[in-house]
Amino acid sequence: MVNSENIITPDENGRFGDFGGRYVAETLMPPILELEAAYTDAKNDPDFLTELDSFFNHYVGRPSPLYYAERLTEFTKGAKIYFKRDELNHTGAHKINNCMGQILLAKRMGKTRIIAETGAGQHGVATATVAARFGLKCIIYMGATDIVRQKPNVFRMRLLGAEVRSVKSGTATLKDAMNEALRDWVTNVGDTFYCIGTVAGPHPYPAMVRDFQAIIGREAKKQILEREGRLPDALIACIGGGSNAMGLFHEFINEKSVRLIGVEAAGKGVESGLHAASLTGGSPGILHGNRTYLLQNKDGQITDAHSISAGLDYPGIGPEHAYLHDIGRAEYLSATDDEALHWFQECARLEGILPALEPSHAIPRTVEIAKEIGQGGIIIMNMCGRGDKDVFTIADALGEHISEGTEG
Amino acid sequence: MTTRINETFKNLKQKNSKAFVAYIMGGDPNRKVSQRMLNALPGNGVDIIELGMPFTDPAADGPIIEEAGLRSLKAGTKLSTIFEMASEFRTINTTTPIIIMGYCNPVHHMGYNLFAEKTKASGIDGAIIVDLPPEEDKELREAFNLNDLALIRLATPNTDENRLSRVVSGTKGFVYYVSMTGITGASSDRINSVPEQVKKIRQASKLPVVVGFGVKTPDNANKIVQDADGVVVGSAIVKELNEKGIEPALELVKALAKAVHK
Repeated sequence: MVNSENIITPDENGRFGDFGGRYVAETLMPPILELEAAYTDAKNDPDFLTELDSFFNHYVGRPSPLYYAERLTEFTKGAKIYFKRDELNHTGAHKINNCMGQILLAKRMGKTRIIAETGAGQHGVATATVAARFGLKCIIYMGATDIVRQKPNVFRMRLLGAEVRSVKSGTATLKDAMNEALRDWVTNVGDTFYCIGTVAGPHPYPAMVRDFQAIIGREAKKQILEREGRLPDALIACIGGGSNAMGLFHEFINEKSVRLIGVEAAGKGVESGLHAASLTGGSPGILHGNRTYLLQNKDGQITDAHSISAGLDYPGIGPEHAYLHDIGRAEYLSATDDEALHWFQECARLEGILPALEPSHAIPRTVEIAKEIGQGGIIIMNMCGRGDKDVFTIADALGEHISEGTEG
Repeated sequence: MTTRINETFKNLKQKNSKAFVAYIMGGDPNRKVSQRMLNALPGNGVDIIELGMPFTDPAADGPIIEEAGLRSLKAGTKLSTIFEMASEFRTINTTTPIIIMGYCNPVHHMGYNLFAEKTKASGIDGAIIVDLPPEEDKELREAFNLNDLALIRLATPNTDENRLSRVVSGTKGFVYYVSMTGITGASSDRINSVPEQVKKIRQASKLPVVVGFGVKTPDNANKIVQDADGVVVGSAIVKELNEKGIEPALELVKALAKAVHK
């Protein structure tokens, strides 16, 4: 249960309660300690923060609007639903907030080579974008399966000057791309900065990525106070690794009147076994540098995640979410592929917004919570990405045949 | 038992020889072949055995060990299979140390205490858990100490002097020096500064120093033991077993052992 003290995490060992930590090979301990020191120094340096803010304003396009979704609210007949429009950022998702922060830090550390993993390609595109802006060499690891599923993003990364390396090992998806990025980092520790895309990995990544994404919640708090004169009743966000959710939640962690709700991807349904809901259907374990909830079998082998959304298709979750789950500060629900597809279409028709498949998972639970809270209530949902990248997947799922450029 | 490891190094020292450490992936390609390979290692000159525990996401290993692990898992290998293999080996050999090597999640899933008890009961002498640095190994180290097992830590080319004293202070049996910043099975061209690093480790610890990663040929191995107390070969043996079978793999083992012992 939540005690009366404020939640300030992680501790000096990178622990959020029993979660987090630094489970990496010895070769990676010196670079993550170096990173931790550099990050601690940077976040206390007003010049660094000013530079980051300036790029947020003029390059990313922040602050993103807080938009009252009036027709969805009327349709729901419940609490007022606001969207935090992080899909309007440069590159079309919240991912660039983190890349901006990490790559400014890489530059400050004198690193010349940026590596990253990507699933759907959004983090890869954001990393390639910011690396291009600073003239840094950029290598993106992407599962061979995802490269086929996300061709437009692969091409975007190449246009931005990044080298996209296909990862064929294991299941050839996001987790394998992360394994391969770790192998690259172990091999090139001197000049390379590993730009992790979510609030996972060894300490200090979960806290650092959260801090760079926390701009979402800081803006949302200011905006809702201006608009409504009070805090919202609930915040809702989809969760793969959980960076957009932590970014929205962080500023509100100690505002105990605000419910924090994460929505995991239930794929074909949690009971089917074909899902990506690590908290709802997983158990604590150790992967990619941190102790957290994982999808694993009874022998501690990692099992495959399944989701129509490549961005949620990961068998783990950030350790801070695991902690907030266990102490009961945040609630974690899930939504299936079918629900996401249905509400993607409703959102398009009612609000004129094509949400990415990731936040499409948050919409059905937002609608339910809005009904539960009722009129007079206020909810903010993080619209963390736009759906342009998903139109082929969606067309396929709806049984429509649309041309994929000249190859179609 | 740490005694079995200590005795092995003591005996080699008396003969003015060095330790040849061979790695095989437990259960690759299946329990039967892997057991035959394991049982035959001492007779072909292996002084210490590293027995791999397969994991789905071996982020510190190259493709050879990763694929061996996936073959093993596909054949149904579990942690209990590794323990059974060691127990069977102990019915024919009571002197050659076995170190099991793998990743933390399956161990964590079993529970550190139960893992330590089963390791001990199977006649295994120690373990290397790749993704469990000194910062995170307290629970397993305590469980191992209670069972007189060696938790062997890794030192790497970028382990500085402060970390080195921390790394060696909690290790038992021997110190494993990773010859390069890289993954298993990487090119031997990447091996660097072994004599200098071994000297540094010797200043920090009285334990034997064993060097691994990137060692493929009898020549590589012989060169390493000019400075180190032992050398590990893994990927080259695993590859030979996979591509050519048990007999050629054992021929390679024999040639490597000869180069280490001469």
